Amino acid sequence: MSRPRYRLVVDPIACDGAGVCAELFPEMITLDPWGFPILHGDEVPPELVDLARRATVSCPRLALALVRLDR
Amino acid sequence: MSAPTGPTRLLDAPGVDVVGLDAHLQRWGVLPNVSAGVLLDAVDRSGLRGHGGAWFPVGAKWRAVAGAGRARPVVVANGAEGEPASGKDRYLLHHAPHLVLDGAATAARAVGADRVFVHVPAGAVTGIEAALAERARRGIDTCSIEVVVAPDRFLAGQESAAVATINGRNPGIPTFVGIRSVREQGVGGRATLVQNVETLAHVALIARFGADWFRSVGTGDSTGTALATVTGRWGTPRIVEVPLGTPLGGALGLDPDTARGVQAVLLGGYGGGWIPTTTALTLPFTEEAARSHGTSIGAGVVALLPTGVCPLAEVARVARYMEGEGAGQCGPCVNGLDVLATSVEHLAYRPQSLRGGVAALPTLCGLVEGRGACRHPDGVARFVRTAVSVFADHAELHLRRGPCQSTRPFLPVPAPVGAAR
Repeated sequence: MSRPRYRLVVDPIACDGAGVCAELFPEMITLDPWGFPILHGDEVPPELVDLARRATVSCPRLALALVRLDR
Repeated sequence: MSAPTGPTRLLDAPGVDVVGLDAHLQRWGVLPNVSAGVLLDAVDRSGLRGHGGAWFPVGAKWRAVAGAGRARPVVVANGAEGEPASGKDRYLLHHAPHLVLDGAATAARAVGADRVFVHVPAGAVTGIEAALAERARRGIDTCSIEVVVAPDRFLAGQESAAVATINGRNPGIPTFVGIRSVREQGVGGRATLVQNVETLAHVALIARFGADWFRSVGTGDSTGTALATVTGRWGTPRIVEVPLGTPLGGALGLDPDTARGVQAVLLGGYGGGWIPTTTALTLPFTEEAARSHGTSIGAGVVALLPTGVCPLAEVARVARYMEGEGAGQCGPCVNGLDVLATSVEHLAYRPQSLRGGVAALPTLCGLVEGRGACRHPDGVARFVRTAVSVFADHAELHLRRGPCQSTRPFLPVPAPVGAAR
């Protein structure tokens, strides 16, 4: 069985621009001029998945999700 | 009951205001009694795509909904038409309600739905209810069909916003569907097919006359005809039925001579984009051709901007209207569209205040694109981006010599909610 592949998804309605995600996962997330996250790239490289997951569980609004790409 | 052979299909009853049930059955006959599989196959092969603006293949959407859940799916016939420059859905609902209802019933049968909601503006309710009463007297429909009033706002027809209205929660406000779409989980949590009313009217004819007949007009990728709302060609806006693929100039009876009075053409409405008049004249009326020029035919809005009107003032009025019509839910849209509208207003009315010059506008567009729960910011970005490109010379003129004298507004923009009408 191959390793699962993931992408990040922001729920822009839930997101209130706390910015925790960009602090914890700058490899793929930066903030726009108003403090809302911009995602860079689609698939999360396998070696970064743990960091990405930490960012998702740290979001105070639970607005960031890791979603399986392969289903 | 013969199939139309010419380019006029949905509007085949010239001079008739409302095609009642008797006239409808006389012209088109009853819907054939065929299985879901046969209908899915016919719609697939017809090449029909969604006329609400997204141009998504209808057969693929139906199959996704039919296979999505255990509970019976729901069909929404969507005629909300929040776009101020579009009138084709309202006209179709008024003129040929039974084609729309036949199409909705056909879609319900094909995806296995037992409930249909007809989602229309308040002004269309009486006509649809009269049509439903006619059908009830004859026992035409086997599934339940209810009418739901769409709120009077731009986003009312957006797929998840329509579902929210029917669910009675935050009417006319989109929800986040990035993980589960309304096709999987929509009205009452069920798999939901939201389909534009014009698309359904085409379905009503495909069910009767078949896929090959449908494909006999149009191009390989854009089959059949489309209704368009044309503003600026004649004294008042007009609804026309255009075989897809027809060069726009031909479809509108525009020759290079009459086209001289046209500054540029807006395709696809306020979420669409501008193209130069000379390009528009020969542009095949299809979504592919429009996209290859950075725009979209959207729901079929074609607006010919006359000379003598300041295009940047028009773009500024529309951008501010669209900013106000946002749902106010997503940070990038709430913040970005306001800054974008202000920047376009600077360019139109006080160009010396525009920081970063005209180049600042596409950058701002890039900052909002793809970052909302719905496509509202993407549409505004496309509208502004194409304007900056098509009206580049005019923008240069503003920056060098100052704004135009104020001109009479051309594009229809409703007054803000709460303002005196």
